[in-house]
Amino acid sequence: MGAELGKYKACVSARSTDKEILKHAQDGGIVTSLLGYALDTGIIDGAIVAATKDFAAKHPSLIMRDNSNWDMIEPWRPIPAVVSTKADLLAAAGTKYNISPNVSMIKEATRSFGLDKVGIVGTPCQMQAVRKLQLYPIGARDVGAAVALAVGIFCMENFPYQSILQLVEDHAAMKMESVKKMEIGKGKFWIYGKRGQVVQLPLKVTHKYEQPGCHVCLDYVANLGDISTGSVGSPDGWSTVFVRSKIGDSVWANAMAAGVFETQPIEKVKPGLELVTKLANEKITKNKNTLESRKTFGVGKALRNPYI
Amino acid sequence: MGLLSSVFKKNVSTEPPKPAAAPSRSADVAAKPAETKKEVKPVADKITLGYTHLSGCTGCTVALADNYAGLLTLLDRYVDLKYMPTLADVRHVQKVDVSFVEGSVCINDKLAVEELKETREKSTIVVALGGCACYGNITRFCRGGQQNQPQHEAYLPINELIKVDVFIPGCAPTPQLIRNVAVMAYLLLKGTKEQKDLATAYLKPLMALPVQGTACGASTACFCDLMTNVIDQGLCMGCGSCASACPVNAITHEYGKPQGERDLCIKCGACYNQCPRSWFSFDVVENYEAINEAIMAALQ
Ligand SMILES: Cc1cc2nc3c(=O)[nH]c(=O)nc-3n(C[C@H](O)[C@H](O)[C@H](O)COP(=O)(O)OP(=O)(O)OC[C@H]3O[C@@H](n4cnc5c(N)ncnc54)[C@H](O)[C@@H]3O)c2cc1C
Ligand code: SF4
Ligand code: SF4
Ligand code: SF4
Repeated sequence: MGAELGKYKACVSARSTDKEILKHAQDGGIVTSLLGYALDTGIIDGAIVAATKDFAAKHPSLIMRDNSNWDMIEPWRPIPAVVSTKADLLAAAGTKYNISPNVSMIKEATRSFGLDKVGIVGTPCQMQAVRKLQLYPIGARDVGAAVALAVGIFCMENFPYQSILQLVEDHAAMKMESVKKMEIGKGKFWIYGKRGQVVQLPLKVTHKYEQPGCHVCLDYVANLGDISTGSVGSPDGWSTVFVRSKIGDSVWANAMAAGVFETQPIEKVKPGLELVTKLANEKITKNKNTLESRKTFGVGKALRNPYI
Repeated sequence: MGLLSSVFKKNVSTEPPKPAAAPSRSADVAAKPAETKKEVKPVADKITLGYTHLSGCTGCTVALADNYAGLLTLLDRYVDLKYMPTLADVRHVQKVDVSFVEGSVCINDKLAVEELKETREKSTIVVALGGCACYGNITRFCRGGQQNQPQHEAYLPINELIKVDVFIPGCAPTPQLIRNVAVMAYLLLKGTKEQKDLATAYLKPLMALPVQGTACGASTACFCDLMTNVIDQGLCMGCGSCASACPVNAITHEYGKPQGERDLCIKCGACYNQCPRSWFSFDVVENYEAINEAIMAALQ
C-alpha cells in the first residue's frame, strides 16, 4: 500500500523526561508533555483533552455539557474539557477507551474560553474532523486558523461507554471505580485494578463491542495530526511518534531542544515500524472490506459510503 | 492523490498559486511609473462576480465582508464585483461568471422570483450562499403577516426554482469558506490545468450538495440529516464536530453520541455538512496543509 502511515517528516521512539507525567500517562507521556510544553511556551493557550469525573466535579465550567444526568458521571467516562494548566493536563492523562467528542469543544474554545491558540488531542477520526473544518469551515467561523497544535493518537477502534462497562464488570468481573488503567496491547485487552489485580481479555471477546462507526475508519496512526503518537512499535513505557506537519516539526524540534523528551531511533527499537505498518494495513484492509460489503448490504440496496 | 501532490509541488512549495495568468504585480510596479499602475492590473483575467440578495438577513453579506483585507485582495486581484446591494453601486443582476445568492426566495414576491431567474440566466455558476439559500433555514418557519408585505409567507431554497451549482451552507456561512470557494472558483475558471483539477476536487462535494437532496425530502436540512444519513447508517464515531458546528447549540453529546433538540433546530444544514462522515474527500483533506497555504498565499 505505502500510504498506511501517512505523510511524515520523522519517526522516533520517545518518552517524556518528566517522571511525574510518566506516572500518570498511558505510554511515553508524549501527549501530556507536548501539550504542557506548548502551554509553557505560549504555542497554545489552552488544550482540549478528555477529562474525567473528578475533574468535571471540580471544574464544571470547563467541560462539555451533555444531556446525561450530571450527578451520575461514571468513572472512566471521558468528558471533553478545555484546560490551561499543567496540573489539569496531568489530571486528564491516560487513555479512556470510550468516546470523548473532543471536537465538540473546538469552537467554544475560541469563544467563551477566549483561546487564540488551541491545542487538541484526538483519535485519527477527530484529526480528520479538525482538518475538514479547516478546509471546509461550515460551522466553524475563525476556528481553523486558531488550531495551533493537533496531537493525534493511534487508534484501532473505540467503544461505547456501555461496552467498556460490560467488558470490565461482566467479562472481567471488576468494578469500574476500582480500575487503575486499561490498555490494548499484545493482542489483549488489559484491565489493571487499583489493588494490583490484572485481568486480560482476548480481543476476540472485545471485537463485537466495538463502536460500529469505527468499522469504516481508514486511518490507524492519525495521518492528519501535526504530531501523532501511540504505543505500538515501541518498547513498554515508550511511544512511537510521527512528526508530520510544519507546525509539528517546529514544535517537536523546540521540545527536543528544551529536553522534554528522550528518544531512540525507531529503527533500533523492537518491534519497530514493521509492526505499526502491519497493524495499519490490517485495519485499513479490514475496513475497506466493510465499505465494500456495505455496497451490497441489502437486496440491491447499499449502505452509505461517506468517502468521495 | 498523485495529481494533487503534483499541483502542490509545482504551485506551493516553489511558487504559491499566484494564478499563473496574473502578472507579477511587484515586478510591474517596480518597472513602471506609478501613474500606469492602475492600467497594468490584471483586470482582464479577473472573474466577474454578482451578488443577488433575496430573503436573507444580510448575515451572509457581513460574513463576506468579514474577510477584511482578504476581501480587498480578492477584489483587487481575482474578482470583479459587478453588482451587489450594500457593497457595490450597481444593484441589478448582470451577466457574470459567478453569482452568489443570499437568502431563500419568496414565491409570493414576483420581483424576487424574477431576479432569481435572471440570475440563473446570466451566470455561468450560481452559488447558494448560506443556510437560507441552500436549505430554507429559518425562513422555513415563516407564516407571513409581516408589515409591509404581510402576504409574503412562502419561502423556498433557491434550488427548488433554479438549478444551483454550488452550496456554501452555514448560518451564517463563514468568511473563510466564502473566501476558499471564491479562490477555488477563480482557479477553476482561470487557472492552469492543475489548478483547475485542484479546484474541481475541492468544489466537488459542495457541487454535489444541490443534487443530492436531504433527509426530510425536498431540500430541507435539519438534524435529521445526521440521524438518517450518518447515525442510522452506522457511520457516526462521536467526534463532536456536529455539536460544535450548530449555531443554536441544538446538539449535545450523550455518552459520546449526538442528540439533537429538534425543536431548537433552525434547519441550517451546518451539522451534517461539517460532519466528517457526511462527505469526506481524502484527496482534498490529506493535502490540507498545502491547500491552506496555497489559499493564504493567494491572498497575501
Ligand atoms: C480509543 C483509543 C484507541 C487506541 N488504540 C491504540 C492502538 O491501537 N495502538 C496504539 O499504539 N495506541 C492506541 N491508542 C493510543 C494510546 O492508548 C495512548 O493514548 C497514546 O499512546 C498516548 O499516550 P501518551 O502516554 O503519550 O499520552 P498521555 O500523556 O497519557 O495522554 C493521553 C491523552 O489522550 C487523551 N485521551 C484519552 N482518552 C481519549 C479518548 N477516548 N479520545 C480522545 N482523547 C483521549 C487524554 O485526555 C490525554 O490528553 C488508543 C487511544 C484511544 C483513546
Ligand atoms: S477507529 Fe477510527 S473512527 Fe473509531 S475511534 Fe478510532 S479513529 Fe475514530
Ligand atoms: S460530526 Fe458526525 S461523526 Fe461526528 S459526532 Fe456528529 S454525527 Fe457523529
Ligand atoms: S441541528 Fe443545528 S446545525 Fe443542525 S441543521 Fe439544526 S440548527 Fe443547523
